[in-house]
Amino acid sequence: MPDNQSQPTRQPGWQASQLATGAIVRKPFEWGSLLPLLGPVLLFVIWDLVVRFGLVKAILLPPPADTLATLLSGMLGGDLLQHFSVTLYRTLLAFGIATAIGMPLGILLGSNVRAYSSVEFLIDFFRSTPSSALIPLFLLIFGISDINKVAIATFGAFLIIIFNCAYGVINARKQRVAAAKVMGANRWQIFKDVLFWESLQPSFVGLRSAVSMALVIVVVAEMFIGSENGLGHKIIDAQQVMNTKIMYASIIAAGVLGYTLNILFLFLERRIVHWSGR
Amino acid sequence: MSRIVNGPMFTEAPVAPFRPGPVGTHITIRGLTKYFAGWPLYENFDLNIPKGKIVSIFGPNGCGKSTLINMIAGLIPIDAGEILFDGKSLKDTRIGYVFQNYREALFPWWRTIDNIAYPLKLMGKSKAEVDRRLAELVASFDVKFDLNRYPYELSGGQQQTASIMRALAPEPEVLFLDEPFSALDFEMTLFIREKLQEVFMQTHTTMMLVSHDLEEAVYLADQVLLLTKRPTTISDILEYSDARPRTIQTLTSPSFIETKKLSLEIFQREVRK
Repeated sequence: MPDNQSQPTRQPGWQASQLATGAIVRKPFEWGSLLPLLGPVLLFVIWDLVVRFGLVKAILLPPPADTLATLLSGMLGGDLLQHFSVTLYRTLLAFGIATAIGMPLGILLGSNVRAYSSVEFLIDFFRSTPSSALIPLFLLIFGISDINKVAIATFGAFLIIIFNCAYGVINARKQRVAAAKVMGANRWQIFKDVLFWESLQPSFVGLRSAVSMALVIVVVAEMFIGSENGLGHKIIDAQQVMNTKIMYASIIAAGVLGYTLNILFLFLERRIVHWSGR
Repeated sequence: MSRIVNGPMFTEAPVAPFRPGPVGTHITIRGLTKYFAGWPLYENFDLNIPKGKIVSIFGPNGCGKSTLINMIAGLIPIDAGEILFDGKSLKDTRIGYVFQNYREALFPWWRTIDNIAYPLKLMGKSKAEVDRRLAELVASFDVKFDLNRYPYELSGGQQQTASIMRALAPEPEVLFLDEPFSALDFEMTLFIREKLQEVFMQTHTTMMLVSHDLEEAVYLADQVLLLTKRPTTISDILEYSDARPRTIQTLTSPSFIETKKLSLEIFQREVRK
């Protein structure tokens, strides 16, 4: 919407709250803010002790410091970075295609309940089918290729996105639709001014799970479909030759990727769907 | 053998002639019928709503007060009957509607000012026209809060004020108010009640107010429409003509007390039936 005339008179209440947030208040250092670090540090220490006291064979569990060193050197220009980038690229490509098709289609289906009920079973069924079970089928269709991994991840992500977007529209607050209707909005205006916005919040929930799903499928596909690169390939390769240091480093790299994507989408959701939960 | 091609399949039932309301009628409701789950809520219901007056609707729980204004406003389809505004259909009539639940009436994805401007944009007004009307509304409502904030950043009373401004922005012929005060605290109720009265004295817009608070219903009303239990009929229509602006003193004036007492008696009679 276009800009509007500014409101020169502000209520005292607003000013007070602005002052409160704007003022620089020096607080004593809070040890409580370090609590989230406690878990990882503990895990690191226990891991280290387990290795030191030989509770697990060294071949199965390398020392944590070595593993982290492998991770860092691999990610800072090593070949782990290359595999990491390939996996990231495939995940984002699959997610991007799934979003570009799934979001408009989901919103469209959601705004036409009759259309949605006719495909509801299909969506629910394939959404409940583990996508990895379809890998052999996709192998038949696309062959052992790069496209195959992206295609199956796209498929899995697409179902999640279409489902969440459609339900977002279907569950739009009836009263907001009524409000637009009573102001004389036609079907298209109700769609673009109300239903679309109402569906954004549930859509983002869908996008977030879809990107996780895409990553899971890409990594699995990289393991089993005669792959030459990607984190999945790297992990299974390291396992075959019992190079557990590289295996653990790659697993952690995959974790970092998944976690970062999740955080990124949470951040985007807060920025775009600013009214969520308020 | 001769055949009649495209002969009539049925004969038209004779249409009852339209019965206009008395002079000064704005909305005519004729033969309104509405069934809910097979049970009649309204059956052959007739009503005249006067122009430039505030009509408060009061009645037992579940008698369909909100349903009545929702049907008139076109939010709930009717099973049979006709509703005309000065002889026009709803499609050719500008209306405004204020919901009880302001939190789910405004659009939180837009700033408050854009919410208020929305009906004007739907009408295809130019930016200059929209801005002029907004300035008018801000002046007449004497707005003291920042309209560039998002609705969820405002207090309940401020949000409901914005809802009323949005409803009034296109200068509607009829304003529907569905329990507009029920979700507000007492202070805000008083404030918005006075605002509504001010707006009404300036514009003389026809208003239909659903209320569950008898004092508030009578205080604002020119007419109190008392409904029966379902199937809903008109129990009585009380005229209340104390001069405006009505004030705290009005609440203790004999005519106010009399109207309120009478309304309560009718209401209790209907509830006990």
